Amino acid sequence: MTFLGFFTLAFVAISAVLAVTSRNLFESSVWLGIFSLMMAANFFILDAPDVAITEAAVGAGVSTVLFLGALALTAEHEHVKEKFRWLPVVVMSVLGVVLLVVSFEQPLLGDYTAPVHQHVAPWYLSETPRLIDIPNIVTAILASFRGYDTLGEVIVVFTAGIGVISVLGFRPKSKSTLRGSSLAQRVRGVQHHAVLRVVGKLLIPVLMLFALVVQFHGKYTPGGGFSAGALFAAAVMLYGILEGADKSAKALPQLVMLRLAALGATIYSGVGLVAFFKGGNFLNYSVLVTDPLAGQYLGILLIEFGVGLTVTAVLIMIFNAIANRDSY
Amino acid sequence: MTPTSNLVVTALGLLNYWVYIFLLCVGLYAVLVKGNYVKRMIGLGIFQSAVFLLYISMDKVDGGTGPIFQGEPVAGQIFSNPLPQVLILTAIVVGIAVTALGLALAIRIKEEYGSIEEADTQRMDREA
Amino acid sequence: MSLAYDIATWACLGAGAFFVLVGGIGALRMPDLYTRLHAASVTETLGTLLIVAGLMLHSGGQLATFKLFAILVFLLFTSPISGYALANTAQASGLKPLLGPQNQKARQQ
Repeated sequence: MTFLGFFTLAFVAISAVLAVTSRNLFESSVWLGIFSLMMAANFFILDAPDVAITEAAVGAGVSTVLFLGALALTAEHEHVKEKFRWLPVVVMSVLGVVLLVVSFEQPLLGDYTAPVHQHVAPWYLSETPRLIDIPNIVTAILASFRGYDTLGEVIVVFTAGIGVISVLGFRPKSKSTLRGSSLAQRVRGVQHHAVLRVVGKLLIPVLMLFALVVQFHGKYTPGGGFSAGALFAAAVMLYGILEGADKSAKALPQLVMLRLAALGATIYSGVGLVAFFKGGNFLNYSVLVTDPLAGQYLGILLIEFGVGLTVTAVLIMIFNAIANRDSY
Repeated sequence: MTPTSNLVVTALGLLNYWVYIFLLCVGLYAVLVKGNYVKRMIGLGIFQSAVFLLYISMDKVDGGTGPIFQGEPVAGQIFSNPLPQVLILTAIVVGIAVTALGLALAIRIKEEYGSIEEADTQRMDREA
Repeated sequence: MSLAYDIATWACLGAGAFFVLVGGIGALRMPDLYTRLHAASVTETLGTLLIVAGLMLHSGGQLATFKLFAILVFLLFTSPISGYALANTAQASGLKPLLGPQNQKARQQ
């Protein structure tokens, strides 16, 4: 428990309280972004670099944009009723006290003899160089040892994308009565901020390049398909904010994104089925080519690509659906 | 001195879990008590992040580094536990997908009812 | 030689921390949005430059130095324009800057 860890934990607690108690919802979503960033720093201090990258990209990037887009379509202020209900406060206090009492039975932070470090984790740490031979153990477990769970997660992300499209629709109903120059002024994004547009457009290709590095270098450095998908979607969201959401919807149409999301999940299960038909189990990459280690390498590369494709396409689809909707 | 220093060591070791309990209660308070739907989604996001903090706190090992082999695997090198990180990595992206779905529903509720406060929507449902 | 590197690192980090503190105090104590932005801009340019320069000296000639340099370039790109966006939006929304007594008298005339 270093001083830095203590500082980030205190900041996390303070920003969470401020996010919940602010009346202005824009202020709440900014505090939520700060909360996510501090949580990402905390994850890095606790030796979890993959999780830190993903939380920073998703929580402080994508989530803040989605909240602000939804707030532009709903309301800015929260109406707080004066009625004070006892039952939720009692439930919360009981839960807090019970958890606090139970927490004294927990092993302390960093204890090497804790049960969570005993059974499966040493097996993973010792067998990964022999069976899979890639440096990043988290990617090895995610993609190969626990590949079936990751397939389920990809399907869940795809289902959420379908859910958002079913609720919001492909072509938003146009209730707008603005015509001509005022309509052009409204949908043009931050067109009149020339400085923002120039510097922002310089950053978009760099962000996309970094997303590709994180995707394909995920075997050697912290990264992988989930973080890369969020980073690529963040680059497209930056373009949509700078140039106007209609331009980003025209560049990456909703139907194409839906097909790409389905393609990503299909690639994942397709690799599993190819392994199945070649004589091994479902998602056993060792039978893909003659050399088992090369088979594992190829299998992990393909399914991480599928994961990144699905996550990118779903997040872009959700952003286009929310940002292109006419306000009430 | 020994009981006090023992208490301080215990408090420092358990501080992550106490912050997790505090964030859990803050998130749960927002979901249960607040009437605004967007504020409830914010509370749900805080709740999810608190659970991530619990799992990642469990995986830290004293003197360990991140679970990545630098060069050849050296016998006796201490790594932090990689397994909770795998679970949380996918949970983060699933969490943002669920948040996006909740926000889409809030947008539609605003368009149909004209308000995203629970009191207004329940009143309109009763009157209809 | 490594002693010189250490002293330079400590000097850069200490000066960077001092400027970040000055920016923080200014952001709290200044009366108006524009003056607070002016104080915060000290943090995001000079503070960032000195701290990252100190870290670059600390890591020697490895890959980490180049990565830190790339981080510095990106921070210097994005922080000032976010300050610009804030000030421009505040002015477009009609927030008038707080003027001193002489300028206020001149404006009223």
